[in-house]
Amino acid sequence: MQKNRIEKKFVELKKKGKKVFVGFITAGDPNLKVTEQLILRLPAAGVDILELGVPFSDPLADGTTIQRASERALLQGVSLTKILHLLERIKNKVRIPLILFSYYNPIYKLGIKKFAKLASDAEIAGLIVPDLPLEESKEIKEETDKKGIELIFLIAPTSPEKRIKAICRKSRGFIYYVSRTGVTGVRKEMPRDIKENVSKIKNFSSKPVVVGFGISNSDQIKQIKNMNVDGVVVGSAIVNVIEKSLRNKALVTKVENFVRKLTGDC
Amino acid sequence: MKLPNKRGYFGEFGGQFVPETLMAALEELEREYKRLKKDKDFQKELAYYLKEYVGRPTPLYFAQRLSRKIGAKVYLKREDLCHTGAHKINNTLGQILLARRMGKRRIIAETGAGQHGVAVATAAAMFGLPCEVYMGEEDIRRQRLNVFRMRLLGTKVIPVSGGSKTLKDACNEAIRDWVTNVRSTYYLIGSVVGPHPYPMIVRDFQSIIGKETKRQILKAEKRLPDYLIACIGGGSNSIGLFHPFFKRREVKFIGVEAGGLGIKTGRYAATLCRGDLGILHGSKSYLLQNKDGQVKIAHSLAPGLDYPGVGPEHSYYKKIGRCKYFSITDKQALNAFEMLSQTEGIIPALESAHALSYLQRMDFKKDDIVIVCLSGRGDKDMEIVKQCKM
Repeated sequence: MQKNRIEKKFVELKKKGKKVFVGFITAGDPNLKVTEQLILRLPAAGVDILELGVPFSDPLADGTTIQRASERALLQGVSLTKILHLLERIKNKVRIPLILFSYYNPIYKLGIKKFAKLASDAEIAGLIVPDLPLEESKEIKEETDKKGIELIFLIAPTSPEKRIKAICRKSRGFIYYVSRTGVTGVRKEMPRDIKENVSKIKNFSSKPVVVGFGISNSDQIKQIKNMNVDGVVVGSAIVNVIEKSLRNKALVTKVENFVRKLTGDC
Repeated sequence: MKLPNKRGYFGEFGGQFVPETLMAALEELEREYKRLKKDKDFQKELAYYLKEYVGRPTPLYFAQRLSRKIGAKVYLKREDLCHTGAHKINNTLGQILLARRMGKRRIIAETGAGQHGVAVATAAAMFGLPCEVYMGEEDIRRQRLNVFRMRLLGTKVIPVSGGSKTLKDACNEAIRDWVTNVRSTYYLIGSVVGPHPYPMIVRDFQSIIGKETKRQILKAEKRLPDYLIACIGGGSNSIGLFHPFFKRREVKFIGVEAGGLGIKTGRYAATLCRGDLGILHGSKSYLLQNKDGQVKIAHSLAPGLDYPGVGPEHSYYKKIGRCKYFSITDKQALNAFEMLSQTEGIIPALESAHALSYLQRMDFKKDDIVIVCLSGRGDKDMEIVKQCKM
């Protein structure tokens, strides 16, 4: 398996003067077949890195859009194991780094060692665990480090300087800056302090910084493009398109078209 | 050994499994709490309100007819006589005073049965703080009277329609609110659950139950009790009773969980009896979950026990064998509900009826001193019981 795939992606796009576009979908929404198609087709629409949300019964960092996506996936019986098996099966066809976004309990229940092995077999590049702060991460980090899976940490607008420094040191692949206090979901306005807070992070680390939470349209992406940021995450806006197209046979195409518009501005 | 340790662990249980956004707020809460714990003025203020407003100390009542029936000396710790009708107010008052000292102007909380919600609404009203309580739609339906009480007290009750529409989902929604408004808002958790330092803070505020009990039983019987029995949802009334006796090994602890429709039916809330290790609402503890790590929906006739998680300190007590945990079905609890009403003229909360039911199952010696925590009164449960009787 290639190492540092995430880092390479940032270097590659920086040379082109572009930001990295990180797309998010919930795995298994509305079913794993569609997820497979999206994983294979979204790179051509300009997605540089794809985050796959693992459905969980109690997604307390997520707003209503991703909560509903999670519920749809759970109704299909989708589980972390099934997702990892799918990714293992299609790994030779996947052209971009994949990141798993999972709450801690499904991983913990599966077993941290077993998870790291299956994730590594599936050639997962990175992992984000939204309810796992630095202090609780030692056990899983040992395993993911061994397997070359990059454990990505989040920094929030409320993180004090001491924590920012520590997170910068430990985060692999990139640093995920949460643009606002709150849960995931589409928002109209952009917080004013993004620029200032990202600069603060940049003072402590040369690792790429990606901004996410609430970013959904071209205007916002253009604003971020002017900041000292290396990439942007768009999640709920894409999941909204999926939700609106649930009964539409052209669901995958609809998502592709929506994403292509956004990535063009990125 | 100090419990919890610096990282908020009781053995392997507890911790802080929350989004980064909340970490600074938890640090601040811990710092402020530790400071105020030693602050004489704060302790004096809390003691004043517990006495004059809540009506503490609550009696430790020797239940004569019940004792004869059971064949042991049975005492009831009358938390049902607290203002608002349950032990919950011990904690909400403490935390409201804490929130005020921290300069937080807005209070949010989750509630299951509505007892905690009412206790928060009460304390918030007394101090004139705006308050919003998250409550599952299913619980709103089951506990209409408490919803009305909260609204009357000036609290906004926000229905939660996600997931199982009960306490677990109300917790999720309260945490989402807190993540969003963390700078201005105090999240007032109602049980010994959640991320550190909450399980410790709630335990400390509820420990007044055990401290009084110890003093009262020594006065009445000149010795410590043989058994302490309490019901367990999240586990706050039980930890409150048990904790001051922790080091006195001769005092046996019995925790009673909700067996719902029966363990065989799969519809229960007996987390310690039937769960395994997992992470929910910020801490590592026993959890009712499926093989994929999805949290199961709990069931109990008693809304206050209807929770798939449990406080980490209880998980620790279980692991080290300090407390024995059992489950009691809805039906058995209903039976005990009537039994106490007719034996002692005290109508218990359905939650407390679980603890009382255990008395009927156990063989005691004649001279055994048994103390049951009567965590709340049963007025709120009239509709549920009426429906079961029909």
